[in-house]
Amino acid sequence: MHALWRLAAVAVAAVCGIVSAAGIEDGEKRSGFDFMAPATQALQADDMSNPGMLWVLQGEQLWQQAQGRADVACSGCHNDARQTMRGVAARYPAFDAATGRPIDLAGRINSCRAERQQAEPLAPESDALLALTAYVTHQSRGMPITPATDARLARFRDNGRRLFQSRIGQLDLSCASCHDDNWGKRLGGSVIPQAHPTGYPLYRLEWQTVGSLQRRLRNCMIGVRAEPFAFGAAELVDLELHLMDRARGLLIETPAVRP
Amino acid sequence: MMRVAFLALMGLQLAASPGAGEERGSYEETGSYVVTGDAIMQPLVGGKGDPVRGAALIADRQRSLCTLCHSGPFPDAHLHGTLAPDLTGVGARLSEGQIRLRVVDMKRLVPNTIMPSYYRVADEQGRRVATVWRSKPILGGADIEDIVAYLTTLKG
Ligand code: HEC
Ligand code: HEC
Repeated sequence: MHALWRLAAVAVAAVCGIVSAAGIEDGEKRSGFDFMAPATQALQADDMSNPGMLWVLQGEQLWQQAQGRADVACSGCHNDARQTMRGVAARYPAFDAATGRPIDLAGRINSCRAERQQAEPLAPESDALLALTAYVTHQSRGMPITPATDARLARFRDNGRRLFQSRIGQLDLSCASCHDDNWGKRLGGSVIPQAHPTGYPLYRLEWQTVGSLQRRLRNCMIGVRAEPFAFGAAELVDLELHLMDRARGLLIETPAVRP
Repeated sequence: MMRVAFLALMGLQLAASPGAGEERGSYEETGSYVVTGDAIMQPLVGGKGDPVRGAALIADRQRSLCTLCHSGPFPDAHLHGTLAPDLTGVGARLSEGQIRLRVVDMKRLVPNTIMPSYYRVADEQGRRVATVWRSKPILGGADIEDIVAYLTTLKG
């Protein structure tokens, strides 16, 4: 009887779709960059040909532009981003005391707009929001991902890990099914990377534009025939927290290029 | 608590089933079938499937998804995945009934497999199945019979 219950417990774990994912060893951690064809790598490596640099340049201009009823620019509070924003993206998402929740960089930019500039929020995936996020993240290019240590983030990060390991959608796959257990193999014509958020916002050849990490996560959810979380949803930020934790030590590449 | 009790019940059922001889699988949207050992001996619907239609369906990456994971003697080899065994010669390795069960519900044989159960509506609670796909199996019985009819012709 006892053995039967043990068996039952194993089966329950399988039914609940919690994968006991082994994760990726530190020595095996690799950016999506390493899985790309040399031509795509070259496109990213050269700032003159990297199409994502257009968004970074646009972001640099927006940083300087006074906005909202407060008629103040980002630079009005933060001065020269090359100094004040250096390393910031490498430790986001951060804990936001106002909401009692983690907030990602795009969320922070919009909260600065609302609180400090008294301006309307920028729409998800709008050129302006992507440009500002790319510009700020670009200031951390080449720096290692070092997640914030704030203890208040722990339960949200744990939720992100749970989401990463839970099977979803009609195809009943988890993020871990592909990115922990099968990275390096091919899904159709695409190599499955390890899902490290090193390059966002990034220029994706398939999109023919720059997109956010949340857009990527929603695409993967749609791929398994799941209802994607809405842009800005708490669950997506929790997932981002977990992804940054998994990617600890890898270098920020923004703006990256991906197939 | 209700849900935990329910899952425990399902768990017991699963745990008790391997090797239990014949068992009836019954799913609202998919009709019922009988599992014998590691095979489903009877066609899911009507008579024999059409191997020509089956070949076309396997090559259809959007509908059947097979080649996202499997390679085999199918068109566009450069777009075949490498996540699953090559299906070349599968008709020599496995009987018709064995192939049928593997497409219908691989999880029954390999509980942790990444291969989707094509003819089973999984417990959808908490799984965010997109509205258009909700409460539907991935493929219908006739589609699966066409695929089975084709795969049994792959003798090597
Ligand atoms: C069925 C396989 C599969 C599943 C399940 C899946 N992904 Fe992906 N994911 C991919 C593939 C393939 C790519 C690369 C796409 C490309 O380069 O064309 C990718 C790319 C990514 C990337 C981008 C990595 C980079 O280098 O830019 C991230 C991040 C990611 N996935 C996260 C997730 C998360 C989070 C989930 C769960 C919500 C998930 N994925 C579920 C297959 C999957
Ligand atoms: C997301 C991945 C995935 C998809 C999609 C998929 N399979 Fe599979 N399939 C697998 C894996 C993995 C195995 C090996 C069983 C295991 O170890 O989990 C397998 C095993 C099989 C086997 C047994 C092969 C043998 O030699 O024992 C058959 C037959 C099969 N699949 C047919 C199909 C057909 C037909 C389709 C489409 C209708 C399909 N599969 C779609 C992943 C997949």
